Amino acid sequence: MNKVEIDARELHYTPLNQQIRKAVSEGANEITVRNIMGQRFIADGLKGNVSLILHGVAGGDLGMFMSGPDITLYGNADHAPGNTMDAGSIVIHGSAGDAVAHSMRGGKVFVRDSIGYRGGIHMKQYLDKRPVLVLGGSASSFLGEYMAGGLILVLRRLPDSMNTERGIGSGIHGGEIIIRGKINDDCLGVGTKKNPCTKEEITRISPFILEFAEKFGIDPAPFLKSEYTRVSPASARPFANKYTWE
Amino acid sequence: MSIGTVPMKFRVSIDSEQCMACARCVENCSYGVFRMENGVIRVNPRHCVACHRCLAMCPRDAISIEERPVDYRTHPLWTTEVKEAIFNQARTGKIIVAGMGNALPYPVIFDRLVLDACQVTNPSIDPLREPMELRTYLGKKPSQLDIRTSKDGDVELLSTLVPNLKLDTPIMIGHMSYGAISLNAQTSLAKAVNEIGTFMGTGEGGLHESLYPYQSHMIVQVASGRFGVDINYLERGAAIEIKIGQGAKPGIGGHLPGEKVNQEVSVTRMIPEGSDAISPAPHHDIYSIEDLKQLVRSLKEATEWKKPVFVKIAAVHNSAAIAAGIARSSADAIVIDGFRGGTGAAPRVFRDHVGIPVEAAIASVDAKLRQQGIRNEVSVIASGGIRESADVAKIIALGADAVYIGTAALIALGCRVCGTCNRGVCAWGIATQRPDLVSRLDPEVGSKQVVNLIHGWTDELAELMGAAGINSIESLRGNRDRLRSYMLDEALMTVLDVKSVGA
Repeated sequence: MNKVEIDARELHYTPLNQQIRKAVSEGANEITVRNIMGQRFIADGLKGNVSLILHGVAGGDLGMFMSGPDITLYGNADHAPGNTMDAGSIVIHGSAGDAVAHSMRGGKVFVRDSIGYRGGIHMKQYLDKRPVLVLGGSASSFLGEYMAGGLILVLRRLPDSMNTERGIGSGIHGGEIIIRGKINDDCLGVGTKKNPCTKEEITRISPFILEFAEKFGIDPAPFLKSEYTRVSPASARPFANKYTWE
Repeated sequence: MSIGTVPMKFRVSIDSEQCMACARCVENCSYGVFRMENGVIRVNPRHCVACHRCLAMCPRDAISIEERPVDYRTHPLWTTEVKEAIFNQARTGKIIVAGMGNALPYPVIFDRLVLDACQVTNPSIDPLREPMELRTYLGKKPSQLDIRTSKDGDVELLSTLVPNLKLDTPIMIGHMSYGAISLNAQTSLAKAVNEIGTFMGTGEGGLHESLYPYQSHMIVQVASGRFGVDINYLERGAAIEIKIGQGAKPGIGGHLPGEKVNQEVSVTRMIPEGSDAISPAPHHDIYSIEDLKQLVRSLKEATEWKKPVFVKIAAVHNSAAIAAGIARSSADAIVIDGFRGGTGAAPRVFRDHVGIPVEAAIASVDAKLRQQGIRNEVSVIASGGIRESADVAKIIALGADAVYIGTAALIALGCRVCGTCNRGVCAWGIATQRPDLVSRLDPEVGSKQVVNLIHGWTDELAELMGAAGINSIESLRGNRDRLRSYMLDEALMTVLDVKSVGA
């Protein structure tokens, strides 16, 4: 185990990322970064088989374009962690801002608490790449908007206002949003349908519940026994009937 | 149906004296106009789009195509196009989508601008004998250089320079994605830009593996759908372009219909075969100019500040102020795409009515950046409706550093601008994914034609500059004194900052 420690205090994001890249290129497989104070773009475009253990509050676009590394953040993240991420994982011990997992195409993002607006927007999947976003808490409006693939799982461990949020899955044309408990019809966005989760569907998501529980040290039992609502596309081609050719 | 049939767009007729019934027209027409019956060629002219594939392949000049043989009563307001759009929407109740660029007869500003030439008082330059500098560097230029001179007179550069793209001609090929055009079309363009020493855009369709050998001359695009975007793609490009908007359809996103997403297209876009590729109208991580800065920087950070980042916007009313914001975002170049820009498919109402001409947008962007003292921070690239070398010279004189051509490059590959790209059965093998049609376009031949076109334009540009007594493209850039307006109104002359002919 080749471990490296980096102190991010008063460090701009570019030299911080340079230090991380240097450590990765020198064979580090565990990098601990302390005193993160809102630096953006941490691990942006980073490749490799490495664990990043981050302490502090991460700025926007944590792990953007990242392909491979596993990030554990002890703290909150600003907007769009996992933006256009390709592979690897981000585990956030806290909350995150808007557009979490924006256009994510692979890997996993786990958020212990809640996230802001437009979470999982335009997530997409291709062949074996199927991005997964798991939220322990809840999400604000427009969760999974334009979603084209992957899975969003909302466990609602905390008191929330999911039933007053709007536009869940608006424009969804692939993938699925699975929310613990029931969701009001008027929370759903354009082009969605909702069904109670079947036993098979719950079996399918249970590995992610177990993974979440293990990462945050909680008991998975109540979540495995719960009822879930599945929001999915009413059509794979939501705009197909909007146009006529000249 | 109460509307009934509308007059046919084209009459196709065959001169039986000339026709030798070789059936090349039957074989070549992908729209189903021709058929062979009992040794005679029969036609269904309703299917004709005037792509002229049949004409080009007929060995005997036996085919003639007449546009609108039976038209409506002429009327200046209720034109054929207007009436037929109403018929279409009365039937369907839908948004009309169409291919290619703006189809309304707006006046062309380029054609109301004339270039200057030297007579007596300053000599013109003969580009045959004297060097003409057309090399163009795209990207940030330092506002000042810090140097240190040693005792023995050697000069050492202390300033850090940021990466620029080196172009041997100020003519590049704009972003046309794999999916919108065929792989053979993209390959033709890629070979051409490599040979010439210029660049082309990938569009928002990813980068096909077979184009990797040309990647050092390709600008990869990041658009709102983020299709085909991963870190390897970003690292492959010579530069990265963020597409905010497109001149053919400012303000809206794009939909590549599932029918066009075949196995190969699905690989480069990284989406399942047959699924719609929907690019949202905005980037959902950019809701402000501050957010744009963040996306620019995230791309630079991901590629370790080694790649120039371009930002493309559609030419709209407020382009100049937007460009001033972009110039402060760490971006290296701004692409201004005028309202005549082409497209595979755009809603007709946007194509024809939204946006402004590139000539006015470039002039106002260049003026605004100069007023604010930040013109050196970004290069300015003009695109959308650049038809010939004179347009290149004029737009550079209005303040552009370089141009993107799109439709012109496709015409060099055989495109007849029939405007039915959206149908996906392009008989020239350009805007189609059907293997039998794609194979009609030989990338070796195609690239040669594109090389020839850009060579021809570049030589003409050198001649125009020489005639004006200018031996470097730098001296033409923003040099409005070498332009005069011919019958433009005063307000537009103020925007363009050009004088009238005779003045």
